[in-house]
Order: sequence, then C-alpha cells, then structure tokens
Amino acid sequence: MAETTSSSVIMEPLDLVRLRLDEEVYLKLRGDRELCGRLHAYDQHLNMVLGNVQETITIVDVSEEGQGQSIHTVNRNVPMLFVRGDGVILVSSPPRTA
Amino acid sequence: MLFYSFFKTQVGQQVTVELKNDLAIQGVLESVDQFLNIKLKEIKVVDSERYPHMMAVKNCFIRGSVVRYVQLSPQSVDTALLQDAARREAQSTQQP
Repeated sequence: MAETTSSSVIMEPLDLVRLRLDEEVYLKLRGDRELCGRLHAYDQHLNMVLGNVQETITIVDVSEEGQGQSIHTVNRNVPMLFVRGDGVILVSSPPRTA
Repeated sequence: MLFYSFFKTQVGQQVTVELKNDLAIQGVLESVDQFLNIKLKEIKVVDSERYPHMMAVKNCFIRGSVVRYVQLSPQSVDTALLQDAARREAQSTQQP
C-alpha cells in the first residue's frame, strides 16, 4: 500500500461529531427514542451532554390481533442531559422543518 | 476521562438518573468513578407509586452501565468549558 502524506484533513467518523459541537444534533437511540439538542460534549464512546433537549419516544399500541396498530409519540423537554453512549445508534443534524 | 472529570464537578448537585429499566431516581450526587458508576444520597424515586421498591432507601450505588440518562441542572454546567474540553479530548483520543 502506498503511503500518503499525513494530512490533518483526513476525517474519521468522530471528527464529523466534533464539527457539530455547539450545534443542534439529532440522535437516534435504542428503545425507539430520539433526541434533539445542542451538543456540548462527547467522547469516543459517544457519551454526550446535550442542552435544551427534546426527547421523542415512539410507542406502538398493539391492539388485539386483526385490529390495526396505532403509533403515537411522547415528547419531553429536558434543559441539560447526559446521555450514555451505549444507547446511541446514530448522530446527525436535525431534520429541517420549515 | 472527560465525563469522569465532568461528573466530579457535579458532586453535590441534585441530579435525576434515568436507568435503562425506566426507573428514574432523583438525588444528590455523592461520588462517581472512572466507569461512571454513581453514588446518590437522599434519593427519591420519581413516580414512586409505580416503583415502591425503594421506599426505605436513602442512598444508592448505581452501576454506570445501567444508566440511560442523567438529568442535570443547566446552571451548574459551564457549556463553553465542556465544549473546549471535548475538542481537546477528541484530539488526544484520535491517534493515527
């Protein structure tokens, strides 16, 4: 393999998270949960501290067999939240809702 | 070690620890370790009617791996300092 000269521009996935410090981020978590908040800190485990967070929990109501399922969401606001990294699935920017 | 240091600054603050089994415990942060295990004192279970298990418990030790969230008070958090520390930590843990 040819050696390329080392460059500070080479980005690892965690560099993309670093770019979003002090920006709004969208997190998908285990347990059908989503978070939107301002990213204040993170580490290599994806532990994070978020500010001004909105949590959305998606719940599927399964009625008796044959009847329809209904989906509803529960929202919650938390001013400052530490999130343990082992629950994080993905980190992205918030969806644009004009 | 970033969040270990961060939680050390939060010792003495009221926090609410939400566990992966949906139990939420409010209390004063007494200590933390490198695994982010947490000791809380003067605890009160949020929604204690649903979770009467801990009526008589005043202090507890929580294994770090069972924590989902820790709710903090925003005034106790220096966000600029945290962001700076995160940038520095990111550089030191990224090695080619």
